[in-house]
Amino acid sequence: MTAAARDFGARDGRLFPEGRLSGPMPWVIAIMMFLTALAAATGLGLAAGAERIEGQIGNRVTVQIVEANPELRDRQAVAVAAMLERAEGVTRVRPVPADELDALLEPWLGASAATAELPVPALIDVDLGAGGRARLPQLRAAVQEVAPAAMVSDVADWLGPFSGLLASLQWLAAGLVALMIAATAATVVLAARSSLNTHGQTIEILHLMGATDQQIARMFQRRIALDVLFGGIVGAALAILVLVLIGGRVAAIGSELLGSIALPGHAWVVLALLPFAGAVLALLVARVTIQRALGRLL
Amino acid sequence: MPLVARDEGSRPPVTAPGPIVRFDNVGLRYGTGAETLSDLSFSLRTGGFYFLTGPSGAGKTSLLKLLYLALRPSRGLIRLFGEDIVTMPRGRLPGFRRRIGVVFQEFRLVPHLSAFDNVALPLRVAGVDERDIATPVNEMLAWVGLSDRASARPATLSGGEQQRVAIARAVIARPELLVADEPTGNVDPEMAKRLIHLFDALNKLGTTVIVATHDLHLLTSVPSAEMIRLDRGQLADPTGALRNPPRKVEAAGGAR
Ligand SMILES: Nc1ncnc2c1ncn2[C@@H]1O[C@H](COP(=O)(O)OP(=O)(O)OP(=O)(O)O)[C@@H](O)[C@H]1O
Ligand SMILES: [Mg+2]
Repeated sequence: MTAAARDFGARDGRLFPEGRLSGPMPWVIAIMMFLTALAAATGLGLAAGAERIEGQIGNRVTVQIVEANPELRDRQAVAVAAMLERAEGVTRVRPVPADELDALLEPWLGASAATAELPVPALIDVDLGAGGRARLPQLRAAVQEVAPAAMVSDVADWLGPFSGLLASLQWLAAGLVALMIAATAATVVLAARSSLNTHGQTIEILHLMGATDQQIARMFQRRIALDVLFGGIVGAALAILVLVLIGGRVAAIGSELLGSIALPGHAWVVLALLPFAGAVLALLVARVTIQRALGRLL
Repeated sequence: MPLVARDEGSRPPVTAPGPIVRFDNVGLRYGTGAETLSDLSFSLRTGGFYFLTGPSGAGKTSLLKLLYLALRPSRGLIRLFGEDIVTMPRGRLPGFRRRIGVVFQEFRLVPHLSAFDNVALPLRVAGVDERDIATPVNEMLAWVGLSDRASARPATLSGGEQQRVAIARAVIARPELLVADEPTGNVDPEMAKRLIHLFDALNKLGTTVIVATHDLHLLTSVPSAEMIRLDRGQLADPTGALRNPPRKVEAAGGAR
C-alpha cells in the first residue's frame, strides 16, 4: 500500500492538469516572501547590531579628570590609571593619548588649538569584565579618593536611548515577520480551498475509485508546496538582492554606527531558508485543509 | 478477450461462494425527507448478472450509490464481500472501492485527462506499474472502439464516446463487482449490444455485474441474467425469488 501510494504520488502530473494549480498564488507568495525577508533581515540586523554594541561598549566606562591645572590633571590621571590597573573586575585600562584627544577636538576647535593651552580633561577608557557593572559604585568611590576631580561616566547611560530604540525596532520587525507568516498561511489556505473547488469533481472521482485521502492530499500538498517554494524563492532572492545593494551603500558611507547594523552571516542563511520554511508551512496547511474536506466524503 | 490485464495470482482469493452483497432492511433518506429507499432486503450471488429496473425516480441510482460506497444507509445492514460496510471504519473503504468498477449515470470522466488517462485511472490509483498500463488500456480502448480517440479530452467526445470511455474505465482493473448505471443510455443498439457482451464476458471471468437500465431490449441480451425491480424505493419482488438468491428469475417476465 505504501509503495503503491508513493508511485501514485509520483505520477500526479498525469492525474492533474499541467501548469500552476492556483494562478496568481505564486506571485502573491513572492511579494509576501519579499516583505517577510526584508522584515526578518531588519530584525536580525538590529539584533546583531544591538548585541555588538552591547559587547563592545556595554561594559565600558570612561573616567574624565576635569582639572584646569595640567600638571595636577596628569598626575591624577596617572594615579587613577595605576589604581584601576590593580582594581578587581577591570580588564583593561587605556588612558586616551593626547594626540587622539586633539583629533577628537580638532573639528570643533581647529588645528591650531594646542591641548596644553586649553583645560581639556584627561580621559581614561576602562573595560570592566563580565559582571563588572555591579562593582561600578565601589569603583567610583575608589577613583574619587585618588582624584577628587574625576568623573566616572558610564557609556551605557548615554547609549541607553539608542539601545532602547534598537530593541523596539527589533520587536517591530518580529511583529512584522509574524504578520507576514500569518498572511502567507492564510494565502496557502485560500489556495488550497480554491484548488479543492476547481478539482472537486476530480477528487470525488479519485475518491470513488479507491484513492486514499493520503494519496489525494499528497498530490495537492505537493503542488501547493511547489507553488509556494517557487514564489518564495523569487521573493527571497529579490530581498537578498536589495539587501546586498543596500549593504554596499552602507559600506560606502563607512559609518561605524550604521556598520554595526550590517547583517551577520547567519542572517543570510535564515533568509535563504525562508522559502523552504514557507513550503513546509504550505505542505502542512494544505494537508490539513484537504484532509478535512475529504473527511466530509464517505 | 482483452480484459486480462493482470495475472490471476494477484487477485484476492475468492471468498466462500456466499453472497457478494447482502442488504437487510436497508433504508436511505436524503436529508429529512421521506425515505428514498425503504425496507430493502436482498442478496446478490457472487458471479451473478443482475439487471436493476424501475421507473425514473424509483431509486436505482441511490441503491447503486450504496453499493459503490458513495453513501451509507440511514438504517439497516449492508454486507459487501462478506463484511459489514455500514460500521466499517472509513479508512478501510478505499480498499473495498478498488474491488468495485463503476459506470456512473453521468459518466464522471476527469475533464482535463485524455481518454487514455481516464481509462488508466483505476490502475494508477491501485499503483500498477506504469509499464503495465499502456497495453491493457489500449486493448480496452480498442474493444470499445475508441483506439483513434485515445488522446482526446472528454469535452471533445460525443456522449456515446464518453460513455464508452466510462465503461472502459470501470472494467479495466477487472473488478470483483461491476456497478453500471444506465451504461447504454447514449449509444446505438449495436454498440449497446457490444457493451453488454463486454459485461457478459467479464461476468464469465468471475465479476459480479449489476446494471441499472430502462432499456428492455438489454434484458433479453443476457439469458442468464436475473432481474431486480425497484418501485418508489421498494423492492418489487412479488415472487420472493430475490430473497432466496440461488434460484434464478426468468428475465422473460413481460420484457420479451
Ligand atoms: N442527493 C439527493 N438529495 C435529495 N434527493 C435525492 C438525491 N438524489 C436522489 N434524490 C431523490 O431520490 C429519488 C430517487 O432518485 P434516483 O436518482 O435514485 O432515481 P433513479 O431510479 O436512478 O432515476 P433515473 O432512472 O431517472 O435515473 C428521487 O426522487 C430523487 O429526487
Ligand atoms: Mg438514476
